[in-house]
Amino acid sequence: METGDKRLLEIRGLRIEAVAGDAVSEIVKGVDLNLNRGEVLGLIGESGAGKSTIGLAAMGFARAGTRISGGRIMFDGQDLRAATDAQLRALRGARIAYVAQSAAASFNPAHKIIDQHVEAPVLHGYQSRAAAQEDGIKLYAKLRLPEPDVIGFRYPHQLSGGQLQRAMTAMAMACRPDLIIFDEPTTALDVTTQVEVLSAIRDVVEQFRTAAIYITHDLAVVAQMADRIKVLLKGEEVEEAATEQMLAHPKESYTRKLWAVRSYERPEKSRVSDTSQPELSIRGLEAGYHHGPKVLHNVSFDLHRGMTVAVVGESGSGKSTTARVIMGLLPATSGEIRLRGEALPPSFRARSKDQLRRIQMIYQSADTALNPRMRVSEIIGRPAQFYANLKGAALRSRVEELLSLIELDPAKFYDRLPPELSGGQKQRIGIARALAADPDIVICDEVTSALDQIVAEGILRLLDRLQSEIGLTYMFVTHDLATVRAIADEVVVMQRGCVVDSGRKSEIFAPPHHPYTAQLLASEPKMDPHWLDAHKKIQGLSLERNEFS
Amino acid sequence: MIQFISGQSFLDFIALICLTLGWYIQRGKKGGWAIAVLLAGATALIWVSAGKGGIDKLAIFIVLMSAVTLVCYALRWLLVRLVPLSLVPIFRSAPLTTMFGFLVIGACLLMIIFAPHIAPFSESEVVSTAYAPADATYWLGTDQLGRDMFSRIVFGGRHSILLSLTATVVAFFLGMFAGLFAAIRGGFVDQLFGRLADVFMSVPALILALLLLSILGTNLAVLVGVVAAIYVPRIFRLTRSVAAGVVVTDFVEASRVRGEGDWYLIRREILPNTAAPLIAEFGLEFCYVFLLIAGLSFLGLGIQPPMADWGSMVRENAVLISFGDITPLIPAMAIALLTVGVNFIVDWMLKLTAGLKDNS
Repeated sequence: METGDKRLLEIRGLRIEAVAGDAVSEIVKGVDLNLNRGEVLGLIGESGAGKSTIGLAAMGFARAGTRISGGRIMFDGQDLRAATDAQLRALRGARIAYVAQSAAASFNPAHKIIDQHVEAPVLHGYQSRAAAQEDGIKLYAKLRLPEPDVIGFRYPHQLSGGQLQRAMTAMAMACRPDLIIFDEPTTALDVTTQVEVLSAIRDVVEQFRTAAIYITHDLAVVAQMADRIKVLLKGEEVEEAATEQMLAHPKESYTRKLWAVRSYERPEKSRVSDTSQPELSIRGLEAGYHHGPKVLHNVSFDLHRGMTVAVVGESGSGKSTTARVIMGLLPATSGEIRLRGEALPPSFRARSKDQLRRIQMIYQSADTALNPRMRVSEIIGRPAQFYANLKGAALRSRVEELLSLIELDPAKFYDRLPPELSGGQKQRIGIARALAADPDIVICDEVTSALDQIVAEGILRLLDRLQSEIGLTYMFVTHDLATVRAIADEVVVMQRGCVVDSGRKSEIFAPPHHPYTAQLLASEPKMDPHWLDAHKKIQGLSLERNEFS
Repeated sequence: MIQFISGQSFLDFIALICLTLGWYIQRGKKGGWAIAVLLAGATALIWVSAGKGGIDKLAIFIVLMSAVTLVCYALRWLLVRLVPLSLVPIFRSAPLTTMFGFLVIGACLLMIIFAPHIAPFSESEVVSTAYAPADATYWLGTDQLGRDMFSRIVFGGRHSILLSLTATVVAFFLGMFAGLFAAIRGGFVDQLFGRLADVFMSVPALILALLLLSILGTNLAVLVGVVAAIYVPRIFRLTRSVAAGVVVTDFVEASRVRGEGDWYLIRREILPNTAAPLIAEFGLEFCYVFLLIAGLSFLGLGIQPPMADWGSMVRENAVLISFGDITPLIPAMAIALLTVGVNFIVDWMLKLTAGLKDNS
C-alpha cells in the first residue's frame, strides 16, 4: 500500500503510432515507466528513440499525426487515456507542466514574461493575479535570474536564451505541479550557460520535491539531474537503473556504446617543424557587421599542414565570424589572411577560382546547407565540374569515388534528394561537397553540434580518417570541449572577439589555465553524478569573491 | 402523392439517389444522410413555392451536378492510373474540385485547338435574325446582329484565353527574372527595380490601362504589352520576397563562395526552391489578367470587333438582360467557370506547397 501512495506516474505497455495517410508505423513499442513523488527520471537516447513522444504521453498528449494506440497511463490514480479533455486541461499546467527545448520559440513574443507566467495559476484558480505575480518574482529569484523584480516585465526578446529557459522553468513551477517534463531544456545553450540553468533547475526541483522526467541526449547532463536513468532505442527500452549504477556498470552493449562515445580521442599530432610555412596564416584580423561595432579584435593564428586547429568559445565569442572572414563572406576591415604566404583579398568576390577552391567549408546545419531540390550527384558533382572541368563518365566516377570515401554506397545514394537522407548522411554529403573541390583547408563550422552523439562520433572519425588519407588541414569551430578533445591538435580559445588563449591541445587542457579557459573547462559536465555539486561550490566561492571585489 | 411519384417528378428520385450515392462514396454514411435530408427538404420547398416546373428544373440541376461529380471521380481514377508513380499520392489526395478545374481547363483547351471544327458557323457571319431564341440550329440563340452565339463563344474563348495566357506568360517572365535578379544582387539593382515597380503600382491598374491604350492604340500586341506591364510589378514583388528567403540559405552561400555566376544561382539553386509558390501565383494572375482583358473589352478597348471575345460579348448583348433573357449571361458564365476552375487548381497547388494536410 505504501508504494502505491508514493507512486505518481505509472505507464504500462505504452504504444504510440505515427499515422501518415494510410501508413502507420509504431514509434513507441510497449514502454513501461514508473515515477515516484519527488523523483527525477532521465530519459536518454538518440533522435527517433521516442523520448519526447513518451514525455508528451505522460501528459496524456499525442502530437498531431501520432496516436496512443495501447497501454495505460496512470497519473496519481487517474487514467489519462480515459480522461476527458476537460479533465486533462485541469491537470495540464496545474499538476503536470512541460518545459520545451526552445524557450525562445515557446514564449509568445508579443506578451511580457510575467503575463505569460500568471496565466496558468489564474486560469486554474490557484492564485489571484497579484499573488501569482508576487510568487513569480520569488521564483525568478530562486532560479537566480538577474533583477528578479523587473525581469518579468520584459518581453521575451529582451532576455538571453539561458534566462528564457529559467523563466520557462519558473512558469512551469507556477502552480507547484507534481510533475514537470523537461524536454532537452539545455541542448540549445552553450556550456557556461548550461551549467547555470542546470543548477537552477535542480535546486528548485529539489526544494519543491517536484517529480520530473528529464529528456536529453547528453549523458553528462542526465548524470547530474536524474535519480534513475532509462535508456531508449527506437521506441523500446534498453535498460533502466539508478544513475550511479548505470554510469558505473551499464549492462547492455548499446548503453556501453553510448558511454564510450565521449572517450574517443585521437593522439595529438605535432607540426612538422616550427619554422615551416603555415598553410594559412591570419594576422591582426578585425571585422564587424555593417555599421555595427567590431566583433573581431586583432585575431591571429596559424593553420599548419595536416593539422587540426580547434577554435572554441561561447556563442558570441566570434569563432564563427572568424570562419566567415577567412572564407571572405564577411570582408575583414583590417588585417591579412595569407594562403601559403600569398595574401588573399578580403572579399571572396575578388579571389581567384583557385584560391576559392583551396579553402572549403562544411556547415553546421546540413539541412540548410544542401539544396533540397538538387540530387546528391549534382551537389557533389558540381564542384568537381566547376573547378576540375570534369564531364560525363569522368565526373560520374569522381562522384562515386567521393561517395565511397564518405562511406555511403554510390549505387544507393547517387540519385537521392537531401530530404531522403538522415541527418548524419546529409552531413556526410556536406563533407563530400567540400572534398569534391580538392581543397587544402577545410573549415568545419560546428559540424557535429546538430547531431546525436553516436552519429557525431562517426563524423569525427570520418574527418580524422580523411585527414590522414588526403592530408587536409582543418579549422574546427566548436563550443563542445569533448569534440576538441577528440580531434584537435592545436586549440585557439576566443572570448568576445579576441583570442585569449592558444597552444597545443595538451598545453591547453593541462594547468596552468588562462582564467577563461579554466571557466570553460570547469563548465563542461562530467559523467560523475556529483560533478554539479562540486562545480557549484567552486562557482559559489568565486561569486562571493566577485561581490567583495 | 401518386402524382408526385409518377411522371416527370420521378426524375427527382433518380437525382436524389444519384447524389446520395455520390456522397456515400466520398464522405461516408453521415454526409450521405445529411445531404439526402437536405435534398428532400429542398424538393418539398420548391414543390410548394414553384410547383411542378420548379421541381423539374431542380431535377435537371441535380442530375447535372451528379454527372459532373461522377465525371470528376472518373477523371481522378484515370489520372491516378496514368501519372508516374511518384505523383500518384498527390493525385489520389486531390479533392474533386481540383478535378473539376482540370475538366474546365481541358474543355477550354479542346475549344482553343479545335475551334473551327467545333463551331458550326464563323464568328463574324450573320446567319439569322437578331436575338433569335435558342433552337436546334443555333444552340444558344443569336446575338444583336444575328450571329450564332455558340460559335462566338467558342471563338471568343480562343481569343480571350490565348490573349490572357500570352500576357500572363510575358508578365511572368519579366517579373520573375527581375525579382530573382534583384534578390541575388541586392543593393542598387534591388532598389532600382523596387522603386520602378512602386511607380507602376501607384497608378490604379484600370486607369493605367485606359491611359496607355488610348495613347498607343488598340492592336493585340499593344494590349498584351500593356496588360503585361500592369502585372509585372506584382510578380516582381512576390518573386523577390520568396527568393530573398532562399538567397540567404547556406546552400546558396556555399554556391556563391564556390564562385558560381548569377545565372547558375538563379537556374539551379534558387528557381527550383521558389517554383511552387510561383506556379500557384501564375494561376491566380492568369485569372486577374483574364478578368482585366474581359473588362477592357467590355469598355470597348480590348479585342476589337468583329473578333469575338467573352468580355465584349457581355457588353453587346447587355440590353437583353432587361427582357429576362439569359443570353448576355452565357459569356459571363463562361468567364466565371474558367476563373473558378483555374482557382480550384491553384488552391490545390497552394495546399501542396504549404504542405497542409486534411485531417479527414
